[in-house]
Amino acid sequence: MILIKRMQLLGRSGLSFMGDIGRASLFLYQALVGKPDWVHGFGRLVQQLYSVGVLSLIIIVLSALFIGMVLGLQGYTILVKFGAEHALGQLIALSLVRELGPVVGALLFAGRAGSALTAEIGLMKTTEQLSSMEMMGIDPLRRIIAPRFWAGQISMPVLALIFNCVAILGGYTVGVEWLGVDTGAFWANMQSAVDFYADVMNGIIKSVVFGTVITWIAVFQGIDCPPTSEGIGRATTRTVVYSSLAILGLDFFLTAVMFGET
Amino acid sequence: MKPNSNKGKTFDSGFQNLKTAEKLNSNNMVEIRDLHFTRNSRVIFEGVNITVPRGKVTAVMGPSGSGKTTLLRLIGGQLIPDRGTVLVEGQEIPELSRDQLYRARRQMGMLFQSGALFSDLNVFENVAFPLREHTQLPESMIRDLVLMKLQAVGLRGARELMPSELSGGMARRVALARALAMDPSLIMFDEPFAGQDPISMGVLVQLIRLLNDALKMTTIIVSHDVQETTSIADYIYVIADGRVVGSGTPETLMQDGAAWVQQFMQGLPDGPVPFHYPAQDYSNDLWGDVV
Repeated sequence: MILIKRMQLLGRSGLSFMGDIGRASLFLYQALVGKPDWVHGFGRLVQQLYSVGVLSLIIIVLSALFIGMVLGLQGYTILVKFGAEHALGQLIALSLVRELGPVVGALLFAGRAGSALTAEIGLMKTTEQLSSMEMMGIDPLRRIIAPRFWAGQISMPVLALIFNCVAILGGYTVGVEWLGVDTGAFWANMQSAVDFYADVMNGIIKSVVFGTVITWIAVFQGIDCPPTSEGIGRATTRTVVYSSLAILGLDFFLTAVMFGET
Repeated sequence: MKPNSNKGKTFDSGFQNLKTAEKLNSNNMVEIRDLHFTRNSRVIFEGVNITVPRGKVTAVMGPSGSGKTTLLRLIGGQLIPDRGTVLVEGQEIPELSRDQLYRARRQMGMLFQSGALFSDLNVFENVAFPLREHTQLPESMIRDLVLMKLQAVGLRGARELMPSELSGGMARRVALARALAMDPSLIMFDEPFAGQDPISMGVLVQLIRLLNDALKMTTIIVSHDVQETTSIADYIYVIADGRVVGSGTPETLMQDGAAWVQQFMQGLPDGPVPFHYPAQDYSNDLWGDVV
């Protein structure tokens, strides 16, 4: 009996999970497909680019600076043992462009912008703002969800690129200015090792995928949350947890596809 | 092939018009027939029939949890009934496509219990919101229209305030101005008097009646405030246990002999809705273990 009950529970959880995926997909389709409103839409997109992207800049820049400095320090202490400290630029750039930039940038983005999106939309739902919009004949999926989704999509790769640049500068400051690695060797090794298409473009593709997944999870959790303060709190937590797991899982998958053969 | 298909189309649309004409009595703005609705296996409505005449104030009353707000959401197409018809201006709301439904809603206004003002917009922008979304009017005309709507609810001077700076009564009046922005033919009020001080309540009571008559709208009020609602409603439906338990003008409803209606209208503590939540026998509960 216990085994049957556990199987039933597993089945129910599986059905519920598939139901959630189905609803989330339908929701995304409804939010994105349809006649775009170019007159008002552009202004709303710019507004959301500010709140989703620009307001995430501080955490991205500061984190990138410290991560770059730590990479410079750790990289130097290891490389110097083999007399290969001139390869520090290569180590920092490849680590950042391929992995740390998109992944850490996305984790930070999920924590700052993703949670804010869920809380904002959840509160709009709880205070019946979305319902009132529907009753005015205005589709909240197109008016509220679509600009936030596109803003997340656009912001994430840009933030990842900024993350990479700032982190490289942080690594340069520690490696070259503080620990005395040769400037020429630092930049020349970096330039010869980093391939624009294989490394930079693949990193950008990763961050586009992460941006899509984070904003999708965030806006869906916001609109799907129970309209209570507890519901908003749980939805916000779910956004951060689901996004983080999705980023790390997808990163492995994308890395295997992009760099698995080399 | 083309002329034939056109012919078919004309016939179909003509037939559709005929069916619609049959369905709707032109004196009625809303007709609800044999409405059944269930939520999470709980029966909300079973066989409800309600008619809302054009140009009148119709109230739907009933205790908390009787499905009054759900009824408004069914009329507005935010919920789909399990069975039955919901006709608004001849359109069968549950059968409309998404685009048709959003178009139909432009002729409806709804005032939510919380006001539901957009918290990031000030009073002026809240009222201007539907005009900006649905029309291409020049800014000067939008300004004039918004000021006229705000003047109607007595809040022209509060146009710069944010929703967080408004009292509950003021927020509802702003929401009313916003609901009127597109000059709807049907306006629905969800518990407009709940939690209001006597002055705000008096203002809202007067506004609802005056605006209905002046703008020749049709009004549906959902409320459990007996005194205020009976003072402005032309016709009242009392719903409980998923059905209409009484209906009539305020005067006839006050004289209604049905126990349910009397308990609700007089606010009696005991009756068809018992004072005590179902429980086992009191003495058994107290002394059962001693005996």
